[in-house]
Amino acid sequence: MAQSAQKSGAAGSSTFSGSDSRRYNYFEAAGRRATVYEDVTVDVQPDPRRHLLQGWIMSFADGTPSYSEDATVIKCSDWHVYRAPDQEWERTHFQRQSHIENTIKMVVDNARAAGAPDRFDKNWVSVLENHLGALKHAEFGIGIALTKAQRDGVTQMVNNTMLTNSSYKYRLAQDITLYLGDIGLDIDIDGDAGKKTWLEDEAWQGVRKAVEAIMAATDYIEVYFAVNVVYEALVGELFRSGFIMRAGAAHNDYVTPAVVSAAESDYQRNLANTVSLLSMLNGDAEHGDANKAIMQGWLKTHLPLCTGAAEQLQAVWGIEDNDDLDFGSVFADAKDKFRSILSAIDVNLPEGTSL
Amino acid sequence: MSGNLTLSKIVKQKSISITEATRRIADLGWAPTYFEEILKYPTDYKVEKAPKDPMKQVLRSYFPMQEEKDNRVYGALDAALRGDMFRNVEPRWIEWQKLFLAIIPFPEISAARSMAIQSQIAPGEDLRTGFTMQMIDEFRHSTIQMNLKKWYMENYVDPAGFDITEAAFGKCYATTIGRQFGEGFITGDAVTSTNVYLQVVAETGFTNTLFVAMPSEAARNGDYALPTVFLSVQSDESRHIGNGHSFLMSIVKEPENLDLLERDLRYAFWQNHAIVDAAIGTIIEYGTKDRDKNKESYAELWHRWIYDDYYRTYLLPLEKYGVKIHHDDVEAAWDRIVKKNYVHKVAQFFSVGWPVAFWRIDGMVDEDFEWFEAKYPGWYNEFGQYWENYEKASLPNQPPLLYLDQGYIYPHRCWSCNVPALIREDFCVDEVEGELYTYCSETCRWTHKVAFAAEYNGRATPAMGRFSGRRQWEECYHGWDLADVIKDLGFVRSDGKTVIQQPHLHMEDDKMWKLEHFKGLELRSPLMDLRAMSPEEREKHIAEYRAGFTIKPI
Ligand SMILES: [Fe+2]
Ligand SMILES: [Fe+2]
Ligand SMILES: [Zn+2]
Repeated sequence: MAQSAQKSGAAGSSTFSGSDSRRYNYFEAAGRRATVYEDVTVDVQPDPRRHLLQGWIMSFADGTPSYSEDATVIKCSDWHVYRAPDQEWERTHFQRQSHIENTIKMVVDNARAAGAPDRFDKNWVSVLENHLGALKHAEFGIGIALTKAQRDGVTQMVNNTMLTNSSYKYRLAQDITLYLGDIGLDIDIDGDAGKKTWLEDEAWQGVRKAVEAIMAATDYIEVYFAVNVVYEALVGELFRSGFIMRAGAAHNDYVTPAVVSAAESDYQRNLANTVSLLSMLNGDAEHGDANKAIMQGWLKTHLPLCTGAAEQLQAVWGIEDNDDLDFGSVFADAKDKFRSILSAIDVNLPEGTSL
Repeated sequence: MSGNLTLSKIVKQKSISITEATRRIADLGWAPTYFEEILKYPTDYKVEKAPKDPMKQVLRSYFPMQEEKDNRVYGALDAALRGDMFRNVEPRWIEWQKLFLAIIPFPEISAARSMAIQSQIAPGEDLRTGFTMQMIDEFRHSTIQMNLKKWYMENYVDPAGFDITEAAFGKCYATTIGRQFGEGFITGDAVTSTNVYLQVVAETGFTNTLFVAMPSEAARNGDYALPTVFLSVQSDESRHIGNGHSFLMSIVKEPENLDLLERDLRYAFWQNHAIVDAAIGTIIEYGTKDRDKNKESYAELWHRWIYDDYYRTYLLPLEKYGVKIHHDDVEAAWDRIVKKNYVHKVAQFFSVGWPVAFWRIDGMVDEDFEWFEAKYPGWYNEFGQYWENYEKASLPNQPPLLYLDQGYIYPHRCWSCNVPALIREDFCVDEVEGELYTYCSETCRWTHKVAFAAEYNGRATPAMGRFSGRRQWEECYHGWDLADVIKDLGFVRSDGKTVIQQPHLHMEDDKMWKLEHFKGLELRSPLMDLRAMSPEEREKHIAEYRAGFTIKPI
């Protein structure tokens, strides 16, 4: 008695109302057509403002629902507009991370096979074990801060952009760890020296303090802001590009710069994501001005910590008697970069602050 | 110099040993001294011992390995299209994927968010790498599943329902169950949600049914895509189970955690059973066209995976640490599946509710009847007439089945698990803070009233979460006209008239139900009606509800 129902499951085998509706149709694409990133990301985390009929159905003891816009002091008319410029979803993320890991492995393997670490200056080897060794802890701390931050946003786009940023930081921390371990099989490197330097060396205490301040921040937008607007520009990139990458070459070390260089393109991508998010927040017709004022307030906390960290770290540049390696000029570049980020997100330095 | 640089020398390059590498990676963390990390997501557990990382894996091998897994998945999807998979796939099966794949990406990404919470409470740094990898894995799972769904939408004969997927997830009467599941990973006590509910119970206990049983059934229905994706997903799960066990071992040694663990294992086991068995049991038993009597039924799978593998080899050994395991709950869950027909009653509820679904629910026919009767003796007696009616009322020649004189009574919802109270004799009610609530079972009543409360066993539990908000889906549309409900849900096709959901697989426009067929029918919230009753009326209603119903032929 059953009427003959559909036999083929293939697209186009029947035509009827809705048979050609082959795109996710519940959100507006940023461009002309939704990207794969948008398709797999937008609205996966629902929101009472969009599609979530019943609202959140669990809460904390104080009544705060599973997700709440109050997790940050920043306000936004529509959090759902944000799209990460790097458009990462699982496939592109794993492709990029895997590519970086494979490249580093190849560079390091080749260099070791050619005996490159043996030719590093003794003095430089101690810089690597202590100071590159200390940097890995800073990178790890930033990774932790971002892991915690990716819990709280009210959209998938915001949370995933912090998640991938965190993944990049962990990768870098581990890359440095394993790199020092690997070349430690060829030359004498104390793999634990970096931790001691990180915890005790005066030059690094400012950095540790700045990183711990970020790890202790509970507002997830503050964390994202402090990491990419302030810390990375004034401290992270300063040390990686302004010291390790430059000094390496002068010591016959082309390996270390190659290991660290991926971090610079990581940062460019994460910075683009950050600037895009913060510009959206600061350009908000209703809340933009208040948001800018809040970010200025965050600068009051994180800017002195980060400039202080950079200045204290200057001692490491002093180890080198290399005229090309002038801390003053690389720090000036870092400050320029920081200023340009601030202007991109339309935030002014707090009154009475100078760089 | 470069003369020494032979290929074999490069290939044989030794790396730092994995043991030493993981030791150093575990040493990346430190205890901050300048600023104190504030516990944003608190717990009532005592968490002091640092858990150990049993997996010993580093990102340098993790990322390339995951990329390789991805390559296999995407290669297999391409191959499935070249092999014309959709010509032979069973539409009955793919339709249910509209529901399953609408639900699952949210719990997945919630598991990623859960790692934010767990990594802040875990002392020591050893397991932080494990949590990180789990976070990135879950990001993988969520987006790879969204992509699979998009692929179905692009290639399956009826894309309607896939096209509104995440909007539907936020609105549907059935997906509310999946939202309860995902929110459970991230809300309330940090240990309860991340370690017990997510890792120790959902991942360790129930992912086999989710990610292994589903793929096998998919393959039997000509769907080779779902197995590729979900077996790849499942291959990450051992890492998460490892994280969970390691963390559990670090808290189980504190005597004051034992009663909280008893509470949470009880809540988590029962709710996972109620939710996962409802959804997956129905999809596997009612979404398939394969009626090979040699294959295991969902009940048989459950006995093997949940009862033997999980309960006997994972939960029971916890007793040696002094954790009280509720054997009676496991037995009761098993009874619900084999004696009380839980899965069949859920399928009956989903199907009778088809006017507010966003996928097609195919009716059961003779071959199905035979298989059910063989696997679940007595099935025909209880459900045969219902499915005969369902088939008879599948074309829009009369109102939808629920609105005919046929005996089925639309059920109350359980305030805890969000699945309705389908085993009518187990239905119960209680008052919490002066308000009346309904439950599917005694354990769900206990979960709401006793477990999710400000104190437990005489101790304050300020970190515990609450069941809150508009938990009961029906309440949102109490007293509405059904046509308006469907319009509001957005479950309407592109012509603005034909609805997405159909109680059949016919693709001809004239066999499809349209908005006009639902006009003048009312949707009501059983709970709101119950609350409005006088005490005597209520008592009578509850007794009648518990007595059940008899299906009549239409
Ligand atoms: Fe997962
Ligand atoms: Fe998982
Ligand atoms: Zn229940």
